[in-house]
Amino acid sequence: MQKILLPITTIWWREIIRFYRQRSRLFSAIAQPLVFWILIGSGLSASFQPSGSVNGLSYIEYFYPGIVVLVLLFTSIFATISVVNDRREGFLQGILVAPVPRWRIVLAQALGGTTLAFLQGVLLLILAPMAGIQFGAASLVFTLSVMALLAFGLTNLGLLIAWRMDSTQGFHAIMNLLLIPIWLLSGAFFPSAGVPGWLAWIMKFNPLTYGLAAFRHSLYLDTTAKVFGEGPAWALSMLITGLFCILTYVGATITASTQTN
Amino acid sequence: MENRLEVENLSHSYQTRRALNNVSFDVSCGEIFGLLGPNGSGKTTLFRVLSTLTPVTSGTVRILGYNLTTEVKAIRNLLGVVFQHPGLDVKLTVTENLRHHGHLYGLSGKVLHRRIAELLEQVGVSDRATDRVEVLSGGLQRRVEIAKAILHSPRVLLLDEPTSGLDVTVRRQLNDYLRVLADTENILILLTTHLLDDAEACNRVGILDNGSLVALGAPDELKAQVGGDVILIEGEFNETFSTAIAEKFGVSPVLTDNQLRVECERGHEFVRDVVAAFPNEVQTVQFGRPTLEDVFIKLTGNPFL
Repeated sequence: MQKILLPITTIWWREIIRFYRQRSRLFSAIAQPLVFWILIGSGLSASFQPSGSVNGLSYIEYFYPGIVVLVLLFTSIFATISVVNDRREGFLQGILVAPVPRWRIVLAQALGGTTLAFLQGVLLLILAPMAGIQFGAASLVFTLSVMALLAFGLTNLGLLIAWRMDSTQGFHAIMNLLLIPIWLLSGAFFPSAGVPGWLAWIMKFNPLTYGLAAFRHSLYLDTTAKVFGEGPAWALSMLITGLFCILTYVGATITASTQTN
Repeated sequence: MENRLEVENLSHSYQTRRALNNVSFDVSCGEIFGLLGPNGSGKTTLFRVLSTLTPVTSGTVRILGYNLTTEVKAIRNLLGVVFQHPGLDVKLTVTENLRHHGHLYGLSGKVLHRRIAELLEQVGVSDRATDRVEVLSGGLQRRVEIAKAILHSPRVLLLDEPTSGLDVTVRRQLNDYLRVLADTENILILLTTHLLDDAEACNRVGILDNGSLVALGAPDELKAQVGGDVILIEGEFNETFSTAIAEKFGVSPVLTDNQLRVECERGHEFVRDVVAAFPNEVQTVQFGRPTLEDVFIKLTGNPFL
């Protein structure tokens, strides 16, 4: 058992310690979403009422869960850039020739990114009352669990990409072309209610739509009020988020297994 | 368990380019074996195959009795690998790097702690144990790298261009240390190099050119193949001059850039006669015993670059 856990914990530990020693990463992953939230949230609050919202939900409150998910996305994806750097700097080769199966290497890296993203998400969660969101114990437990799941899935999505890349520039291109749109079209920025049909379909097939819905559901678990209109149901959201975690992890492991440098 | 590394008819291609062509050799424990060759000769491909990164596609490799095609995991436990590109995490301290590596190989606790202290002492980096790797000089980093590679007591140590970027003194220290490892711990050491000095320090050398092994043997044996002395003549001349020398002295000169290389017995007499015969053409003459470079040129007809 120790032989299985030791490599996992040591790779995980290194991900954490590296992040901590490069504090600018810590700051940048949380500052940008925070600025987005305050500027865009406040700006749009005056003019827009989210479609399908009830109880006079303000835009800044609507936008808040989306911003937490953006912090999770940024942190977990940036954490996986370490794979690209490790390959460029030669460190990865040393891990690849060690007697550690790839699924364990990927699991350790995924847990590292998950821990970092989760902790950054918790930092932002402290600001929930500022958005007008109050939650009780049950809600908190569910919220934290969903955050951990989302962080794990997103880190694995990042690993799936990073294990194929040999430059960080390429990684940033993918980030802008794929990951930001996935976030934009998850219901983080605007609800799917009332958007044109084709866009509604894209949002329906976007796995992050369900992740975000699961997050919203758990945030508002204690309030009986239905705070946002049409959206995937709680059970379906959880199911798809869980599946997303499994599929991205399996995908990342397969990708890592085929890489030879 | 067998104490040998055996490579039999190993070939490897990247798409259409053949990087390794029917390479066969074997190395025993306690031996230092050098793969010598210019850039692009296939050294790195061979190294990547032996270090388990690139799969064997044609031929057989057995390391201490295990087949590299089917028993990769067992082999990985036996190998210590030093890559050409530094493999340390510069943001971690020396000890942290070694601890991380030890954990990957299942070492932990007091055993690992003792082993790290012992190795840092051996490679002379004890006083820098808590420094981050980024503040260490290239030579010190290389020592830590070696300590890392042998931390888990591998039976086979593979090193890709271990002395590149190091100054002469550090290179010599490293070669001495490898000799100690081979002698006292009976480790099988295989290294690649394009430096002739490094190759001279090996028990046996395999010379690679264009993916093929063109020579195999102890450095002295190989040099004996060249025979006699090696004379290098520099000056402004061409094929005609080369032919004239060949005819006059009955030798077979090799012309490369403004340099004519001649192998012959009683070289000192040849030097005297060639200067007397062509006083205007000859600018500089070098006279020496054959080196591994001469072996390479004799076998391939190409300069060693």
